[in-house]
Amino acid sequence: MKIAVCVKQVPEGTSLKLDPGTKRLDRSGEGALNHFDANAVEEALRLKESAGDAEVVVVSVGPAGAADALRKALAMGADRALLVSDDAVAGSDLVATSRVLAAALEREGADLVLFGQQASDSDGAVLWAAVADRLRRPLVSQAAELSVADGSLRAKRQTEFGYDVIQAALPAIVAVSDAINEPRYPSLKGIMGAKKKPQETLTLGDLGVDVGQVGEAGSKTEVYEFSLPPSRGDSRKIEDDGKAAEQIVEFLAEKRLV
Amino acid sequence: MATTAKPTELDPRDFLAIDALLDDEEKAIRDTVRRFVRERVVPNVGEWFERGEVPRELTQELAGLGLFGMHLEGYGLPGASSVAYGLTCMELEAGDSGVRSLVSVQGSLAMFAIWRWGSEEQKQRWLPAMHEGEAIGCFGLTEPDAGSDPGSMRTTARRDGADWILNGTKMWITNGSIADLAVVWARTEDGKINGFIVEKGMPGFSAPEMKHKLSLRASVTSELVLKDVRVPEENRFPEISSLRGPLSCLNEARYGIVWGAEGAARACFESALEYAKERIVFGKPIAGYQLTQQKLAEMALEINRGTLVALHLGRKKDDGTLLPEQVSMGKMGNVRGAIEVCRTARTILGGNGITLEYPVIRHMNNLESVLTYEGTHEVHTLVVGEALTGENAFR
Ligand SMILES: Cc1cc2nc3c(=O)[nH]c(=O)nc-3n(C[C@H](O)[C@H](O)[C@H](O)COP(=O)(O)OP(=O)(O)OC[C@H]3O[C@@H](n4cnc5c(N)ncnc54)[C@H](O)[C@@H]3O)c2cc1C
Repeated sequence: MKIAVCVKQVPEGTSLKLDPGTKRLDRSGEGALNHFDANAVEEALRLKESAGDAEVVVVSVGPAGAADALRKALAMGADRALLVSDDAVAGSDLVATSRVLAAALEREGADLVLFGQQASDSDGAVLWAAVADRLRRPLVSQAAELSVADGSLRAKRQTEFGYDVIQAALPAIVAVSDAINEPRYPSLKGIMGAKKKPQETLTLGDLGVDVGQVGEAGSKTEVYEFSLPPSRGDSRKIEDDGKAAEQIVEFLAEKRLV
Repeated sequence: MATTAKPTELDPRDFLAIDALLDDEEKAIRDTVRRFVRERVVPNVGEWFERGEVPRELTQELAGLGLFGMHLEGYGLPGASSVAYGLTCMELEAGDSGVRSLVSVQGSLAMFAIWRWGSEEQKQRWLPAMHEGEAIGCFGLTEPDAGSDPGSMRTTARRDGADWILNGTKMWITNGSIADLAVVWARTEDGKINGFIVEKGMPGFSAPEMKHKLSLRASVTSELVLKDVRVPEENRFPEISSLRGPLSCLNEARYGIVWGAEGAARACFESALEYAKERIVFGKPIAGYQLTQQKLAEMALEINRGTLVALHLGRKKDDGTLLPEQVSMGKMGNVRGAIEVCRTARTILGGNGITLEYPVIRHMNNLESVLTYEGTHEVHTLVVGEALTGENAFR
């Protein structure tokens, strides 16, 4: 079995900065592996461990620096990494990004493609749907449990009121919920071995994707303007001395919210 | 020389941008240990300290990360660089000196002793198991009446046929009561110092825990009591029969302390900085007062300076050019500096500074042990003094 896991490099830390010139996220600082994707990598590794003979390949579309995020997934135990990096891809929205990613996944021909539930920088939570549509593959999102047997997968899909149990034939695409597992810590040997694992970088040309179909040209959305949310000036901090609950209720009543 | 490189933004947690001196692998290892400490140690260590316990699972988790004997090579060990090992010590000690001590003793004292001085059979038998955390080791050198002067030890090993009979008492032994094997240094009849692997369960050997410590409470400290313990010759280290044996191990562990101390100091500094920005006294945050700023500036200075020293020694160790006297200077300066940082942080936290709700008094108390073990501050001062003057002032 071959499992592909799509991962993204996101800016490290909690405070994101937007670049007023390009109207894009400022990605110049340190990057990190999107933590939702760590759940997908973990799930792939668990499936591999129970299947015995599976290959886990991590795939990313992003700037050259995204190789770091891929290396973190390799350190956790993934076997191989594929990065699609091309200056023309910058500024792609999810429609354009899904085109590149789908092309890369087509090339890999994995039995199972895993995604994290969302990227912690853009919070779209929809790229996997676009990719599934392009590849014409069944899709399960918000998977809180996943198993694979006899050419099909079985997933528990978390819903507001309980779980849907879904079965789908492979090849298929699954976006896992962050409740599905607790990602492992990469071991020291994993970290030290990561750089020796196969890591391939491809351009759009390698994938046969036309430059005009990606970047701003290939995107359906356009950012006109952005502004920061107003600061929460009237926020109040309540230290719990046993009466916090009462104070919160009082506050909500004051605002006529209860 | 002028350059056109754009200066990066100032990071209060890494004022001199020392991070830029580390390679990707070093950072990856550091980040993993840091995350582990943040998630698994920091939320619980106050309670461990209060109860005077270390949970057994912690040992397994540390082994799972692959940290035991991480800087040693062969026998399935990772063979990480000295700098990576130092960074690991720093992150572990930012959690607690006791946790770092557990890893130091296992890797730098017990495993290193076997790795450096043991027989091939001893290495095969113990090193992989110790790396996996299946066997925990301790290192018995200090005795009730022999600390700074280990040459005056009284523990003896007497030859009896193919075996040795060990008698004596070791004291202050980290990991003693949880250990599956103890590296014990003893004097043989010819007056020489030999190392033995004493195994848990050997008749006449016990390791009662020492209680009532007010420092390094999240660490097991024990006595080793040896009453006519019969140890086979194959458990003796064949490669060494002098004080150089134990001293070489201590030099390894001390190197980790040079880094570790900066971790404890950094944890206290960060706690104090955050507190100073939030604590309002006389109508404004105490961070806005000159006296507090002086404290914070001095703390940051000390930590940055100490971390640079640690990194420099680490690079020298990786080059193979590090001298024991240089490690002595590092331990001397960094532990003293760190203890000062922790005490200053304590004052910034006011009354809150004396509770286990905040990390500072725990670190501050822990560093009292760190100041004393692996060669006291005074002993390292004398080592540096002798190296400078050529005069031995020990006796
Ligand atoms: C928590 C903890 C864990 C430890 N773990 C271990 C372990 O795992 N294994 C192990 O073998 N040991 C361990 N030790 C022991 C430690 O290494 C010794 O405590 C240390 O070497 C000092 O010895 P001592 O306590 O006997 O002090 P002493 O040697 O009695 O020293 C007392 C004081 O005299 C000073 N002094 C000594 N000689 C001179 C001199 N020539 N001139 C001036 N001043 C001098 C010392 O600096 C010190 O201030 C541990 C200690 C502690 C506290």
